[in-house]
Amino acid sequence: MDFSLTPEQEAFQTHVRAWLKANMPPEWTERLVASSDIPRPEAYDVLRRWQRQLYEAGFIGLTWPKEYGGRSLTFMEEMILHEEMALAKAPPILNVLGVGMAGPTIVAYGSEAQKKRYLARILSCEEIWCQGYSEPNAGSDLAALQTRAVKDGEHFVVNGQKVWTSLAHVADWMMLLARTDPAAPRHKGITYFLLDMHSPGVTVKPLRQITGDPEFNEVFFDNVRLHESQVLGGVNNGWQVGLTTLMYERLALGFGLQVRLRIALDGLIEMARRMEKHGRVTTKDPLMRQKIAQLWIDTECLKLTGARAITRLLRGEIPGPEASTGKMGWVDTHQRLQEIAMEIQGPYAQLPRGSDWAVEGGLWQYSFLRSRANSIEGGTTEVQKNIIGERILGLPKG
Amino acid sequence: MDFGFSQEQEMLRATARKFLENECPSSYVRDRMIEPAGTTDEFWAKLAEQGWLGLIYPEEYGGSGLGFVDLTVLMEEMGRVVMPGPFLSTVLLGGLAIFEAGSTEQKKEWLPKVAAGEARVALAWTEPNARWDAGGVTAAAKPADAGFVLSGTKLFVLDAHLADVLVVVARTTEGKQPEQGVSLFLVPKGAAGLEVKLLPTMDQTRKLCEVALHDVRVPSSALLGPKDGGWPPLGRVIERATVALCAEMCGGAQKVLDMTVEYAKIRIAFGKPIGAYQGVKHKAADMLVDVENAKSLTYYAAWAVDENGPEAALATSMAKAYASDAYRKVAAAGIQLHGGIGFTWEHDLHLYFKRAKSSELTFGDATHHRERVAQLINL
Repeated sequence: MDFSLTPEQEAFQTHVRAWLKANMPPEWTERLVASSDIPRPEAYDVLRRWQRQLYEAGFIGLTWPKEYGGRSLTFMEEMILHEEMALAKAPPILNVLGVGMAGPTIVAYGSEAQKKRYLARILSCEEIWCQGYSEPNAGSDLAALQTRAVKDGEHFVVNGQKVWTSLAHVADWMMLLARTDPAAPRHKGITYFLLDMHSPGVTVKPLRQITGDPEFNEVFFDNVRLHESQVLGGVNNGWQVGLTTLMYERLALGFGLQVRLRIALDGLIEMARRMEKHGRVTTKDPLMRQKIAQLWIDTECLKLTGARAITRLLRGEIPGPEASTGKMGWVDTHQRLQEIAMEIQGPYAQLPRGSDWAVEGGLWQYSFLRSRANSIEGGTTEVQKNIIGERILGLPKG
Repeated sequence: MDFGFSQEQEMLRATARKFLENECPSSYVRDRMIEPAGTTDEFWAKLAEQGWLGLIYPEEYGGSGLGFVDLTVLMEEMGRVVMPGPFLSTVLLGGLAIFEAGSTEQKKEWLPKVAAGEARVALAWTEPNARWDAGGVTAAAKPADAGFVLSGTKLFVLDAHLADVLVVVARTTEGKQPEQGVSLFLVPKGAAGLEVKLLPTMDQTRKLCEVALHDVRVPSSALLGPKDGGWPPLGRVIERATVALCAEMCGGAQKVLDMTVEYAKIRIAFGKPIGAYQGVKHKAADMLVDVENAKSLTYYAAWAVDENGPEAALATSMAKAYASDAYRKVAAAGIQLHGGIGFTWEHDLHLYFKRAKSSELTFGDATHHRERVAQLINL
């Protein structure tokens, strides 16, 4: 066991730190303090530029192969980068689903032509990706999906609907799961496609959410034609390919989420130092100290549990039980953090953006409301617990 | 960075698990519960033979010179079997105090005996005020002749009744900062005026004593470390013992989870194994999250105290805060999921439940350590 860095890793850390210091967009620091997961719509343009800048500096896709725009480094460098970004309160990247999910899946299953076509553009944020998994009747029960793709010569014709699709309104490409063999058992007849969102027949309808913002979307497919070369990982093999994506989502993306959590926690502590409760600074209130300290412990814990999983990967082992707990742990900690951010504000917590009296411009009100989605998106907490119970602990299916 | 155990450490784990499953089954634990000794000479001699009593002491003092990460492996396995006996008190409190504060002569005199299983040492630190900080030390050590006279009452002292020598924490100087003016003394068993009483405890596998000091006279050579400078080494001892206790808690919690999962697979209710019901499955998943997180924090703390770096204090308090809550919750859930059988004396779960509670309360509970975290992050 050793948490110290090699001289090469230390040099990398110094490089990242110096670069961030010189290149961070300062006007955004303040506004993004409270933004701890999916970027806010009003930040898209700035975040697009920010990701491009990170890419040009060589800080996106560290673990991806060099020949496709990555750096062929290890998760260790990825961890160092994320930690430095947290300490610098760096903004998130915009193409979070492309970098976190689509890209790694294309690296794992893509043909040479697909890798060449897509990977570098994902990293540079030239093309933004969304994830076409969930449907009105197939959310956490993903295998129930109904969107059809019917073979027609060299093409597939897609009909159906997706929902809760983050970033679809700005996305250029979609990771699409569609049913290609309705006669096969639920998990067997699904294919993973790379779909051009600008194709004729694709309609995106933003869904206004609890936050008031249209960040999720409904996506409709009306006889959308896509070429068979857009199949990833083989026809009717989509379940397997999709699971790979989800594994990456939980590992790599989970690591990024821990970073956003740390940034939010630092912001919460700064706010608590400014706000008063019962006539004294909030951080001096014994109960609030307990709650904030527990948030600190849980946030550090997510980092450490993630590091245990990454150690296994670096050793060429399969991640153990610790890898499966990250999403749930993050959800619980983040939702609690947002509740405590409201508690710190007292009656001011009722005032969102638009009120002159709103604390920190009402930023926390947005992320507080947004955090309710955390325990639903990416597999509900209940489904996560079933997975842990059945796959990790070996308990029987219900 | 490498956040995992080495092959040697995994081998130590396998050896320890096999040894303890053979030598420390629940029948052994239950026999020790009802006896004051808490261990047998045979068992203690075997621990010495394994090299575990001196695991963390340098070779020059009869130990193996291994670190806290190695010890973590061992403590987890001891926690799995709720091992009774004075391991924590002798190796990690009394013995470590001699190692941290003692002169070369004192170390040479005592540590090889501890490692060989020939001497047991206890740390008489806490008092009826039940404080874990330096301000809680009120027992007095007054200069007299060529030595000191010790007076006061120590409470919650682990295994004092078994100790050949006690490390007594007493105040030599009043005033200023409470951390200043604390000194450590070696008081041998049977010293005139030393009275040790075994307390009845809820966790019968963990023996606690009341130690009364009725003007106990000790020579100046009994001073362990500098006069008035006992708190810094004592602080290091407590920190290390706390990490070791956290590891023991992780092992116990993991065992409860294992037992519960096995039971949930075979126990049929309403025509299905109870583990198929989400109410049971989800609770088991929560238990796993608690156990894994407690391990992450504990392993990190073990590494940090080995490194002796500035992060050790924070890492230790984070681990103790988390493990205290986690073990209590996991043990309680274990009883709940076992149903009625889990509430019986016959079933082993109560041994874990009680150990979880005594561990939670030892060296400060979660609330105590969260406050310490708050201080250490400058809240």
